[in-house]
Amino acid sequence: MMSPAHYLFLSLALFLIGCIGVVTRRNVIVVLMSIELILNAVNINLVLFSRIYGDVAGQVFALFIIADAAAEAAIGLGIIIAFFRNRETVEADEMDLLKW
Amino acid sequence: MLDSILFYFFAGVAVLSAALMVTRRNIMHSAVFLVTTLLAIAGIFLQLRAEFLFITQIIVYVGGIMVLFIFVIMLVRLDVALHRVRFRLQKFVASLVVLALALELVVILALADKLPASLFMKESVAANHLPPNSEALAGSLFSSYLLPFEIASVLLLVAMVGAVVMAKSRRRSEES
Repeated sequence: MMSPAHYLFLSLALFLIGCIGVVTRRNVIVVLMSIELILNAVNINLVLFSRIYGDVAGQVFALFIIADAAAEAAIGLGIIIAFFRNRETVEADEMDLLKW
Repeated sequence: MLDSILFYFFAGVAVLSAALMVTRRNIMHSAVFLVTTLLAIAGIFLQLRAEFLFITQIIVYVGGIMVLFIFVIMLVRLDVALHRVRFRLQKFVASLVVLALALELVVILALADKLPASLFMKESVAANHLPPNSEALAGSLFSSYLLPFEIASVLLLVAMVGAVVMAKSRRRSEES
């Protein structure tokens, strides 16, 4: 087995990459995919600590996060399809109806 | 030895394809690299002896969510997507955010001798042995966490109805 720090740094790296994706990409679909990546980075932490402390609760919460991610993906993609039908684009920069 | 080889293989694949996912211009390539990342993370789960989550990750994420993403990518025409840059500060803000988080990492490394030593010991991961995974998970899920489980099922139902309503064609509802 590896030390806990290895898993924590892997999780941190994936979280950072997901943050970069959310902030830099203009395509809303890629932003949603980056959010999925961030949720997975959190899951690694939960499973790791569930393993360390011998308590299965961490894995239960990881399961809830997966269910949440599925709900979020369905809603987010529904919004994207509705937006694309109205504005013919999926670029975040084009979503400026409320811009001053 | 085998454990560390497996860990570095899965971690390397996960981080590399995550970086490719964020940087590729083609959205379809991004989606495929995200599938690779999710599979590698499933391997990490298996190495942590979370067998049920390993299978759930593959079935729900790779088999469900990513297929949904690819459907939407195919529905949305990519060719018409404009590549005009409106918000020029974006790269600057992004590097600022990443710098802040990287600074956090450096601080953690600098304080390494103050952290509990168990964090860096290989034995601490293998110290406790969980009972057979799926059985323990089900026992916990359907006893201590029964109410959150029911709430999650209602959440999924609401999300399903919401997705159908939002993706439905607007014109047909106006005619009827």
